[in-house]
Amino acid sequence: MSKVALSSPRLTGVRPKHMSPELVSLLARLIVVLILSLAISLVNENFHSLSNLTNVLRQASLLFLVASGATLVIVAGAIDLSIGANVTLSACVAAGVMHSTGSAALGIATALAIGTAVGLINGALVAWLKLPSFLVTYGSLWILSGLALNYMGGVPITGFPKEFRYLGSGFLFGVPVPILIMFGVVGVASFLMHLTTFGQQIFMMGANRETAALSGVPVQRNLLLVFALSGVCSGLAAIVALGRVNSADPGMGDPFLLPAIAAILVGGASLSGGTGTVLGTVLGALLLTIVLNAMNLLTISSAWQPFATGAVLVAAMLADTAMNRRRR
Amino acid sequence: MKINLKLSGGASPALFSGLPHKALGAIAVLFVLMPLFGVFADRFFTAGNFLNIALQSSILLLIALPMTFVILTEGLDLSPGALLSLCGVVLALCLVGGVALPLATLVAMFVGLAFGVFNGVCVAALGMPPFVVTLGALGMAQGLALAITDGNAVSGLGPEVEALNNAQILGLPLLIVIAIAAYGIFHWLLYHTTFGRYVIAVGGNADALRLSGVRVRLVHGAVYAISGLTAGFASLSMIARTNAGHPTIALGMEFDAIAAVVLGGTSFERGNGWLFGTVLGVIAIGILRNGLNLLGVDTSLQLVCIGILVLAVLLIERFVSEGRG
Repeated sequence: MSKVALSSPRLTGVRPKHMSPELVSLLARLIVVLILSLAISLVNENFHSLSNLTNVLRQASLLFLVASGATLVIVAGAIDLSIGANVTLSACVAAGVMHSTGSAALGIATALAIGTAVGLINGALVAWLKLPSFLVTYGSLWILSGLALNYMGGVPITGFPKEFRYLGSGFLFGVPVPILIMFGVVGVASFLMHLTTFGQQIFMMGANRETAALSGVPVQRNLLLVFALSGVCSGLAAIVALGRVNSADPGMGDPFLLPAIAAILVGGASLSGGTGTVLGTVLGALLLTIVLNAMNLLTISSAWQPFATGAVLVAAMLADTAMNRRRR
Repeated sequence: MKINLKLSGGASPALFSGLPHKALGAIAVLFVLMPLFGVFADRFFTAGNFLNIALQSSILLLIALPMTFVILTEGLDLSPGALLSLCGVVLALCLVGGVALPLATLVAMFVGLAFGVFNGVCVAALGMPPFVVTLGALGMAQGLALAITDGNAVSGLGPEVEALNNAQILGLPLLIVIAIAAYGIFHWLLYHTTFGRYVIAVGGNADALRLSGVRVRLVHGAVYAISGLTAGFASLSMIARTNAGHPTIALGMEFDAIAAVVLGGTSFERGNGWLFGTVLGVIAIGILRNGLNLLGVDTSLQLVCIGILVLAVLLIERFVSEGRG
C-alpha cells in the first residue's frame, strides 16, 4: 500500500517539501467548480443571479449532509448504501411525531435517534458480525424503505412547526441555515478526521484493515463509529430536507443515494479506502449540483438527471482508477 | 483457499449433486411457509394461484440465473432491475414504431448487452468495485428509461405480444418454458463448459487461475455482459406479461434476485454456489410474496420480510463457516 503512504504524510510523520497531494486535489476541484460556474454563467445569465446561486448552495448543502458521514465510511474502507433510505425513514417518522405532538424538539430528536440507531445496526452487522458492508447496507436500504412506506401508508405528512422549518428554509445573518449547518458539519468532521487519533485510525483502516488491526487499531469499534456517524448525518439531512420542503413522503430520500456517492467520489475519496476529505465532498456536492442546475437552466428535461448523475459517478470512478494506476 | 471444482465434474449432472443443505433458506421458506399460507389463505393451494406464482417467478429466474454467476465471482450486479425496465421500454417503443417482434427483441438485447459490457469492462478490466459500477449503470439505465418515455407507459403493442403471453407449449405457458430453457442453458454453461469452471474459480481463487494462464478478466467481464444480455432478453417476457413498457416497472427486482440467490445457498465468498438452489430461491421468493399478498400484507412489509430474511441467512452462513474453521 505504498500509494497511501505517499498520499498521507500523517501516517509516516514525514513532512513533504511540496504541497500535500490532498491539498492539490482540493485545489484542482475548486478550480474545476469555478471554471464550470464561469462557463455556465457565460452561456446562461440566470445562473449567476443571487437567487439561483443561493438555491444551488442550499441544494448542495443538503446533498453534502447526506454524503458527509458516508465519506468517513468510505475513507474507512467500507460503504454505506443505506444513506438515502435512512433519510427517508428518519424524516417520515420525525414528521409523524411532529404531526401528533406539534413539538419541533421532539421531531429533531426523533430524526437524529432513528438515523443513529440505523447507523449503529449497520455498524454492528459490519463490525462484529463481519458481513460485507455493501450487502448489509443494501439489505437495510430495502428494509428501511419498506418500513417508511408502511409507516406512511401512502399519505404524505405536511405542515411542521415554524421553528422546525427554520432549520431547512430559514436565514441567519442573511445566510440560509442549511449552509451554516453544512459549515458546522464540515468543521466537526474535518476535526475528527484530521486532528484526532480516531481520524488517523480510520485512514489506516481504509488503507489496510489487517495491518491496522495488527498495529493495535480498534477496527471493530471504529467501524461501528463511522457507521453511527453516517447515521447521525442522515438524521441531520432528514431534518433539513423536511424543513425545506415542509412535507414528508416515503420517496423523499431515495434520489439522494446515487448523487451522494457520486459527490464523495468526485470529491476525491477512493472506494479502495484510505483517501478522501470532507471538504472534497463539499466540492463534489457543489460540482454535481451545478451540473444538474445547469441542465435545468438549459431546459433539459429533469428525467435526464439520474442519467447525468450516473454518468458523473462512473466518470469519477474512472478518474480515480486512472489516478491509482499512475500512482502505482 | 481451496478452489471448489468438485461441482464441475463433467460426468455428474450436478442438478442435485450440489449442496442441498446450503439452500436451507429456500427450503425452510418452502416447507414451513407453504403449509402456513395454505391454512391461512384460502386461495393459496389452487392451480390458478400456482400458475400465477410460476409466471411471476419465470421473469425473476431470468434475472437470478446470471446474478448467480455474478455472485459466484464475488461480485454484485445492482443494474438488472433498471435494465429490465429500460429494455422493456425500448422493446415497446420499437414495436409501436412498427419494428417486427424478433428484431425489436434483438434491439432490446443489444441495449442490455451494451450496459452489461460496460459493467464488465469497468469491473474486470479496470478493477472498479462492482456495487458502485452497477449502481452507476442503474442510475443511467433508469434515467434513460424515464427520459425516452417522459415517464409514461408505452402501450398499444399489438396482438403479437398478447399472443406471446397466452402461448403454450405442451400445455405449459411459453414464459415458463422460456425460463426452464434458460435454466438449461445456464446449467450447461456453469457445469459443462470450461467457461463455467472458470466462473466458479474466479470467485475461489482468481490469482491461481491467472497464474495458470486463464484470461481471468475476460471470464469475469463476460459474467456481467451475460447479465445485461439476459436482462434484455427477459424484457420480452416482461412485456408479454404486462402488455406495455413501463419505465420503472422492474426497479428493485435485482433485490428479489439477490435474495433468491442468497436463499438458494450461493455464497458471496469463495465461489461456493449451487445453480439449482437459485431456482428454489426464486420459487421461495415467489411463494413468500404471493402468500403475503393473499394474507393482505402490504408490499412494503414484504420488502422488510425479504430484507430481514436475507440478512438472517447471511448471518447463519457466517456462523456456520466460522464454526467449520
